[in-house]
Amino acid sequence: MESSKNMKNSNIKAALTLATTALLGATNTAVAQDEESWAFDSAFLFYSEADRVSAGEAIFNANKTFSDEEILNLKLTIDALTGASANGAVAQPNVQTFTRPSGKGQYQINADETPLDDTFHDTRVQLNAQWTQPVADNLTASVGGHISKEYDYLSLGINGNMAYDFNRKNSTLSFGLSYFNDTFLPEGGIPNSFASMLIGDNELNGWDDAFKQTRLINEDDKTTTDVLLGFTQVINRRMIMQFNYSYSIVDGYLTDPFKVISIVDNNGATQDNVYENRPDERTKQSAYVQTKYHFDSAIVDLSYRYMWDDWKIKSHTIDSRFRFPLADNAYIEPHLRFYQQDAAQFYQPFLNESQPLPEYASADYRIGEMTAYTVGLKYGMTLDKGNELSFRLEYYNQTPTDAGFDEPGVLANIDLYENIQAVIGQVTYSF
Amino acid sequence: MENLFTTVIISRVKRTLLNSFSCVVISLLASGCANLGVDPWERDLLAKKEMALTSSPIDAALDDHIYFSKEASSGGKSFGGGGCGCN
Repeated sequence: MESSKNMKNSNIKAALTLATTALLGATNTAVAQDEESWAFDSAFLFYSEADRVSAGEAIFNANKTFSDEEILNLKLTIDALTGASANGAVAQPNVQTFTRPSGKGQYQINADETPLDDTFHDTRVQLNAQWTQPVADNLTASVGGHISKEYDYLSLGINGNMAYDFNRKNSTLSFGLSYFNDTFLPEGGIPNSFASMLIGDNELNGWDDAFKQTRLINEDDKTTTDVLLGFTQVINRRMIMQFNYSYSIVDGYLTDPFKVISIVDNNGATQDNVYENRPDERTKQSAYVQTKYHFDSAIVDLSYRYMWDDWKIKSHTIDSRFRFPLADNAYIEPHLRFYQQDAAQFYQPFLNESQPLPEYASADYRIGEMTAYTVGLKYGMTLDKGNELSFRLEYYNQTPTDAGFDEPGVLANIDLYENIQAVIGQVTYSF
Repeated sequence: MENLFTTVIISRVKRTLLNSFSCVVISLLASGCANLGVDPWERDLLAKKEMALTSSPIDAALDDHIYFSKEASSGGKSFGGGGCGCN
């Protein structure tokens, strides 16, 4: 029958081009399929935090394999975010007023509540293109481009990759480079580091000028350069492993222009909220190891990543997936992920007015000390004509923890490290 | 009696895992990976789509975006750089 012959061809093709799947940075390259055929994937993801951010993301991916093992991958991503995000200020036992990032309007926060700014909403469109082809015996090359645009942000990126197979294609050595240039035009402009957030009536005369005084420039940018080294090894008929090392330099504007840090007195009462300031450079490194093992019918995917950088952040990530086939070409896949990070050197939940102002400071909990875990389940099925439909439901819990900071006065009675809980739902249709 | 049985099983599994891991590490150090691997006719399981190192590139891309926005780490498996104003 035609279909089984095609399946046999694609299995052999897949085996011979196993190296392609090991290409790094080009996770869009699917396993090679029938010659000259298009394969499409469409997915929609919904992410929602209790009382905070909600996001919707849609992906449409088109992958074409040509007769000479050349692969073209095109991907369109659209996402929209809305909701409230912590602005970095510390909670107080009284009502607080903050100014919106644009400078046009204020918002109030109730007593004992973590200050959240809900003006945060944006839509983003992203396009990726990746071309992969063999360039010599056992040598595969891949190049790609990325463009992403949202209201206040533009990101342009390119990547290149080489993979060399040896030991009868049981081993693959891979080397990749990527370069991104991002430009940021935040609403209200880039604030002066440690300038006080202006509070008052934006309708009054003189407000616009006073607000401009707190601004440095309208836009800024940053570049990200990544080097990725990888080694893939088939261990035996059931097992394959991958080892990666990456080195990344981010240079430019790395501060969050929407976040402030509170300056409190010895009684924990906020005296001022000032815009945060981060270094203009960050060097990150990571070591990653992954194993996939095929039992009689189940497959386990286990990985560990250790990350460290010159902001003194260290993190551990353990990710695991267990795929169990069910009757009628369906499967179920539980997912478990653990994450732990140390705080950045300049992270502080707030500043004390009796201390001199540090060179860098940020109260963004996302660079503070935290542990997080994800528990999820995916259910997939193969429909007529070989199309696939899958559903994924996950629960993500972040627990910021106290990295050993004193909590003077009233702050001792306030929860400074609020838990974040999110639900993630996804539907994918491949055809 | 049961406890002794499970202890033996667990220690056997641990030994096998430790052996495999040591074998890989030592082989890597000695650059002698030729003894690991399979012949082309033994690739039935490895050739399956589900056995690809990134078997769901769409899921991986969506997850990477979430964790890049909510945590301080990114990349490792693939490039972590740039992309959006979400961090």
